[in-house]
Amino acid sequence: MTPQTQTEVAAELVNVRRVYQMGSTEVAALDGITHQFGRGEYWSIMGSSGSGKSTLLNILGCIDRPTEGEYLVGGSPVSTLDDDQLSELRGARLGFVFQSYNLIPQLDVLENILVPVMYRDEWPAWALDRAKDLAERVGLGGRTGHRPPELSGGQQQRVAIARALINDPDLILADEATGNLDSKTAEEILEVFDELHAEGKTILLVTHERSIGLRAELTMKLVDGRIDEVVENRSS
Amino acid sequence: MIIRSPFLRTVRLGISSLLLHKLRAFLTTLGVLFGVASVIAMLAVGEGASESAQEQIRQLGSQNVILRSVKPPEDQQSNQDVRVLAYGLTDSDRLRIENTYPGVRSVIPVMQVPEEVRKGTRVCRPRVLCTRSDYREATGRVIYEGRFLSELDESLEEPACVLSYEVARHLFPFSSPVGESIRIGGEYLEVVGVVLPRGPVGQVSIDSSTEVGGDLFLPLSAGRRMFGTTQVKMRSGSRDITEVELHEIIVDVRKAADVPMIADACRAMLIREHNDKDWEVIVPLELLLRAEETKRIFNIVLGSIAGISLLVGGIGIMNVMLATVTERTREIGIRRALGAKRKDIVIQFLVETTVLSGCGGLAGVALGLIIPAIVEATADMPTIVTPQAPALAFGISVGIGVVFGLYPAWRAANMDPVEALRHE
Repeated sequence: MTPQTQTEVAAELVNVRRVYQMGSTEVAALDGITHQFGRGEYWSIMGSSGSGKSTLLNILGCIDRPTEGEYLVGGSPVSTLDDDQLSELRGARLGFVFQSYNLIPQLDVLENILVPVMYRDEWPAWALDRAKDLAERVGLGGRTGHRPPELSGGQQQRVAIARALINDPDLILADEATGNLDSKTAEEILEVFDELHAEGKTILLVTHERSIGLRAELTMKLVDGRIDEVVENRSS
Repeated sequence: MIIRSPFLRTVRLGISSLLLHKLRAFLTTLGVLFGVASVIAMLAVGEGASESAQEQIRQLGSQNVILRSVKPPEDQQSNQDVRVLAYGLTDSDRLRIENTYPGVRSVIPVMQVPEEVRKGTRVCRPRVLCTRSDYREATGRVIYEGRFLSELDESLEEPACVLSYEVARHLFPFSSPVGESIRIGGEYLEVVGVVLPRGPVGQVSIDSSTEVGGDLFLPLSAGRRMFGTTQVKMRSGSRDITEVELHEIIVDVRKAADVPMIADACRAMLIREHNDKDWEVIVPLELLLRAEETKRIFNIVLGSIAGISLLVGGIGIMNVMLATVTERTREIGIRRALGAKRKDIVIQFLVETTVLSGCGGLAGVALGLIIPAIVEATADMPTIVTPQAPALAFGISVGIGVVFGLYPAWRAANMDPVEALRHE
């Protein structure tokens, strides 16, 4: 890997370990990961079940903290942040797309897209227009008043993607984002990711499906909490 | 619709979350509703009862000490055919008080005559009180028309009388009684004035067969001349003859501070001068103080009961909110992942509990205002809703929402986002 200057690095892991206490034994879900994700890169993180991909995504998403090592977002270390600052960081600089969409059922499409904005200290003037644009962009412009139970799985995932984009994040983290969708709908969602990559967004896609992993520009393979190999996918 | 104010947005979100389980929200609200309604209703009934009790006592005159004749127990009397029973207060008691105690404005004798009052075919049985002109001042009776008895009436033994309003209305339904004459026993008296009625105390009578209630006043001197001090009551096989000089002595004290001292002095004097306990001393001021003490205890008891019902409502809220938090663990995880701070989660759940308890509180205030009105209309009990009561009850209900919502909200806020997101 070529060393990158700080402005080009979206996220950086330095010797990150995440250890869980299982009774008297310690289990290292991540065991010394050092890696840089460059700005605008499209990564897939692959590995078998228990390889540590979800733990890695949780740490990358700042909803979990490393036991050892350091995680830096845009050059600044996360370990110095308190719980509130971490929340702010998640809301402002990270976008999540989950396997089971995780929309809030009481809110309609537009409100769901706006959830990350709601937790900002001030309501930005652009928020509503941007939310409408994003809804339009993911093909739900005509359904902004609908609630999640009235939408198909694919539509819900599109809302989730729009929600992940509302604050124009540095990193988009997708956890098995197509896992609950049929292949045709999954393909549509992956096309959205392709588009986002083309626009220069940094995307980290966790998957266990090889075919999906290969769509990314780069693939990181995890085995037992370590990086087994990093592959550049020429086909993408 | 997107609301920009963060607070209103949270309130709206809270309401829409509550509406996901309408029945549950409604039942939880009921707990608070009845709590608040019972607080207001109980306070209103309590306040009304104590106020009417205090009003009755106040009408006796808080600066008065009232001495009353009491018939001694029957067992002291022999089983003769004709019994003469002399008991009660005497003129010498009155003079002794008048001449002994400084600080007494006046000592007013009252003798009661158990006679019917007639005007033509109309008959009634008010309290017929033979007394002096200063009775009105000591008891605060208000003149409706004409005048009260005068000192001249007393000294001339005038056959004059003053009616209370209800007696006047009964005997003279269509005209003014002033200047007219009425008949008591075999005697005719001229009506010189009418006084306004007063509360239920005025109707307490030695002879309980009063039909109309109310009072009739005539000069003591005239009363003594016409009816004497002995009263005869026919019973099967016997005659009861009682002799009572005075039924009541009203001691009008100049300063309220002297009332307890003079009451004690009167008691001591009566114990010394009377062999039998044929008297009682009533001190309205003492009764008033006792009534206030009773009211205080009453309020504490009512407050505790009402507090318990509100507590039960609060526990209901907490129970439901704990269930809600568990149910919405995943939502909490999502919100945390999307940037919600712990504080935001706490506020979200506190707003929900406050909306629940606030709605219950408002409905409870409405019900709490209706119940006293119903009680007043159906049970004929006075009720008083003080302005503080609904405000207090509503404030407590909202406070209970916050207090009992704190723990569930705290639990929600302190969930590990990773765990919460994994929750199914």
